[in-house]
Amino acid sequence: MTNSWTDIGNTDLVWIMGGNAAEAHPCGFKWVTEAKHNRGAKLMVVDPRFTRSAAVADHYAPLRPGTDIAFLSGVVNYLLTNDKIHKEYVRNFTNASYLVKEGYSFSDGLFSGYDEEKRSYNRSTWDYQIGPDGFAIRDMTLENPRCVFQLMKVHFAPYTPEMVSRITGTPQDKFLKVAEWVASTANGERAMTIMYALGWTQHSHGAQNIRTAAMIQLLCGNIGIPGGGVNALRGHSNVQGITDVGTLTASIPGYLALPTDSEPTLESHLAKRTFKPLQANQTSYWQNYRKFYVSFLKSFYGAKATPENQFGYDWLPKLDVAYDCLRMFETMYQGKTNGLICQGFNPLMAIAHKNKSVAGLSKLKFLVSLDPIETDTARFWENHGEFNDVDPAKIQTEVFMLPVTSFAEEEGSLTNSSRVIMWKWRAADPYFESRTDSEILADLFTRIRKLYETEGGKGAEPLLAVDWNYRNPHEPQADELLKELNGKALVDLKDAEGKVVRAAGSQLASFGEMRDDGSTDGSMWIYTGVYGPSGNFSMRRDNSDPSGLGVYGNWGFSWPANRRILYNRASADPDGKPWSETKKYTFWNGERWTGADVPDCVPTIPPNRGAGPFIMNEEGVSRLFARGLLAEGPFPTHYEPFESPVANPLFPKIKGNPAARVFKGDMEVFGDPKEFPIVATTYRLTEHFHYWTKGVHMNAVMQPEFFVEMSEELAKEKGIKHGGWVKVWSHRGSVKGKAVVTKRIKPVEVDGKSVHYIGCPLNFGFIGEAKKASPINSLTPPVGDANAQTPEYKAFLVDIEPISGPVA
Amino acid sequence: MFPPLPNPTTKPGGPKFGEADLIRRSASTVTPPAERQTEVAKLIDVTKCIGCKACQTACLEWNDLREEVGVNVGEYDNPHDLTPNSWTLMRYTEYENPGTGNLEWLIRKDGCMHCEDPGCLKACPAPGAIVQYSNGIVDFIHENCIGCGYCVKGCPFNIPRISKVDHKAYKCTLCSDRVAVGQGPACQKACPTQAIVFGTKDEMKQWADKRIADLKSRGFDKAGLYDPPGVSGTHVMYVLHHADKPHVYAGLPDNPRISPLVDAWKGVGKYAGMAVIALTAAAGMIHHILQGPNRVTEEEEESADKLAGGKT
Repeated sequence: MTNSWTDIGNTDLVWIMGGNAAEAHPCGFKWVTEAKHNRGAKLMVVDPRFTRSAAVADHYAPLRPGTDIAFLSGVVNYLLTNDKIHKEYVRNFTNASYLVKEGYSFSDGLFSGYDEEKRSYNRSTWDYQIGPDGFAIRDMTLENPRCVFQLMKVHFAPYTPEMVSRITGTPQDKFLKVAEWVASTANGERAMTIMYALGWTQHSHGAQNIRTAAMIQLLCGNIGIPGGGVNALRGHSNVQGITDVGTLTASIPGYLALPTDSEPTLESHLAKRTFKPLQANQTSYWQNYRKFYVSFLKSFYGAKATPENQFGYDWLPKLDVAYDCLRMFETMYQGKTNGLICQGFNPLMAIAHKNKSVAGLSKLKFLVSLDPIETDTARFWENHGEFNDVDPAKIQTEVFMLPVTSFAEEEGSLTNSSRVIMWKWRAADPYFESRTDSEILADLFTRIRKLYETEGGKGAEPLLAVDWNYRNPHEPQADELLKELNGKALVDLKDAEGKVVRAAGSQLASFGEMRDDGSTDGSMWIYTGVYGPSGNFSMRRDNSDPSGLGVYGNWGFSWPANRRILYNRASADPDGKPWSETKKYTFWNGERWTGADVPDCVPTIPPNRGAGPFIMNEEGVSRLFARGLLAEGPFPTHYEPFESPVANPLFPKIKGNPAARVFKGDMEVFGDPKEFPIVATTYRLTEHFHYWTKGVHMNAVMQPEFFVEMSEELAKEKGIKHGGWVKVWSHRGSVKGKAVVTKRIKPVEVDGKSVHYIGCPLNFGFIGEAKKASPINSLTPPVGDANAQTPEYKAFLVDIEPISGPVA
Repeated sequence: MFPPLPNPTTKPGGPKFGEADLIRRSASTVTPPAERQTEVAKLIDVTKCIGCKACQTACLEWNDLREEVGVNVGEYDNPHDLTPNSWTLMRYTEYENPGTGNLEWLIRKDGCMHCEDPGCLKACPAPGAIVQYSNGIVDFIHENCIGCGYCVKGCPFNIPRISKVDHKAYKCTLCSDRVAVGQGPACQKACPTQAIVFGTKDEMKQWADKRIADLKSRGFDKAGLYDPPGVSGTHVMYVLHHADKPHVYAGLPDNPRISPLVDAWKGVGKYAGMAVIALTAAAGMIHHILQGPNRVTEEEEESADKLAGGKT
């Protein structure tokens, strides 16, 4: 989230799209209810299905699964053509004025630099024109035909209301009402918040879905203000924390990059990341990358990390390609993987193309499941009739199940969607022989290291170099780990005048204290401050809200720097005055930046120095034009899902996202619309938590059985009875479930053709108390987003027919 | 936000109401307490409800009830009806509003309405099986319940369910055990969006007024409070977008009233019945006086022996 849960109470308009907050985040949804109740805020929901969120919305618009970019681009076009933008914000706080290189172009759905064979782009033309002073060239009148603003106008012009409707199936009046409501916030007086979740990420163009939403918010001036923002609703209590600590495939903690094969030395890695400002006086905070990186290495390798050995950089693994979950299962499928450790992970349920997953798991030598509950994955080898039709005799994988304590049985911190790190205490004793994750992993680590120490082996050096200095090496405590993430001074840190500002051994109060000479450590710079010299701030529970704006500054600790709204300097105009009294938040009081929150800028630099509010960017402004940062282009473009009922109405020759990775052989697993004419989408139910609670009696009572939702029209066409059994199959597998025939789904008119779609909840499997079902990923395609590789679970093709009940 | 009830004190304290606060007792009379307690009410704002079923789960958990894992029959309603264990249930209705042409997904939490004039209590023939406290809560006292099912017939909302296990009637207690110690019901505590709020009946009506004004500003001209006069009002009330047609909310009665049969039976019927019993007894006595006791002949004794197979 750019903003926070409590901040949603400040909004005037809530737009839920690519998510279903009432269903998946019922507790957080209370802030939507509060905004409606206290401020008269409006709620609009755009979703293929009339959801639980739609049930309490003021406006609902349907759309065909997988066409969000067309819809959002239509809103961008509406704002631009009707001049409904927050002009001064756009001019000063975005890169609208920046001139783009002459080589950049876009035609027939492709940007300049495409290599069809590699399915990727040479992105060198997707950048600014640089002046002789080394800074990017701007035209503050926004008139130059090469400026981002003018290029945008051209790029989005095709997304007229007619075209939006033709692609998405959304009736024009319903689309236009959304656009008008959005436009009503483009003024600095009113705010709109956008709430999304996996409905936007799980597409082959997921990152661009979210980017288009961010562009709308920038055009309206809704970033950095109370009640605004682009707000990702995270699906677990700690999934934000998991992302932060670097379980992303190409990251180390704190969103720093894992080195690649092409960066053999620390200097070569850092040289690519100098983040030189592209305008005068810009903060370009990533210039401190080196300090964060060296502090991370010091944390990791301790005294062994020295300037002479590049702080142990050689010991870090170097990536050849990104090992995301789709690739993990692809390599497993190719028989190249020996073992898999699943820590709180049920990939048989979670990964696309279940049959491929089973085949991959069957080729492993061993599988370890660290989990508080029995997972379907740990039982992948077991025959469950047609729900998991395998022959155990043919599977030689040895499976270990290590019982782990659940979240309530262990101490530690959670980081929620608002980026707030909160400590939790142990509420119950662990069951039987279960142990904490950190205890199991530490035990494994120390034992394996011991083996390398005594017996040697390939690549032993990095393992032996790791600093493992915990009170009990077999069981590092959560408290110690959070301290380590925060970082400390290793020697007395002195300021320019030689005064000691942080004594050796003291915890760091902020990442501003980190240094690149090895005198500080800290394995995750963004958390620095959570466990500073004054103690563990994640334990703070002060619920006072002095500004009345839902800023609970002494409740836990919000990274970075306890900031509750990111980019909040943008809540004031270039002169530092609030855009309006109603949205007054961070402002210049004549001497310094102040307000309800921790200012997101250097608090002492006056506005007339022109430092932009987007301090992480070299430009100091936000990017409507993404430069080379995304795989499929600097502007979002409507690409159909890889399995689509129609050819792309805008660019008929292009199938799917041209820059998405497709594994060898996987092009063949995509279904043809002639054979599979119906669109399917998957989602969660509020009664369940992912795949965990199907094993909990009470949840199983509330939603006992897998079902398929479909329109009355489709049911009639296929002769399907309400509550009767149906079979759904894709090019990859099939599932059976009960038919929920509903008015909440309607066929849509797409490019002159009536398209049916169905909905399949994903919570059901063959282990647990709920009725047995085939994992829904029996149907889904193994293709992911071109940047994040998040699989395309939200739009694929199937067919459906009524059947008599299954044989279990 | 409606100010939430504070958490209870951890110090022991006496119940806030009990036996002495009874104003009605089935098939028997009570001396009404000198002072009536402030009437309480639960307000269910259907327009804020997201149908998450937290209330249903909280009800099962607090009352230590277990429901069976059922099946899907094409609906989101699970279980499919109220049961002796499920005292509350989300009922989902897909309603196409003829006025706007928009689809509405109406989600109503069903359960006991705690009528001011409770039909169940009136119909109940078992002394003390159903009671009403002066704060308005209608409670079933299971040790007195004979499982006759008359309460089901007496209820205008079709709420009580008879257990096949112990043959007693069950329904929502409005968490009288929680209310007795100054807490709101478990469902209210669990509701994430404050679609359920709890307080005095007056507070709830005032709160509802604000909600109704908000709904009217959003185009629901017929928004209103459901506090049906046919049962002298209820201690569970609804805020409805369409208060002019409660039946669209999964058959919520438009104008609930106690079945005239209950009145007839408990009023005229009761006295007529008692007269019949008295007359029968009197007739027997007269017969005895006039005819004398019935004597058994020897012949009759022999026949009886034969019938019993000579075992006597």
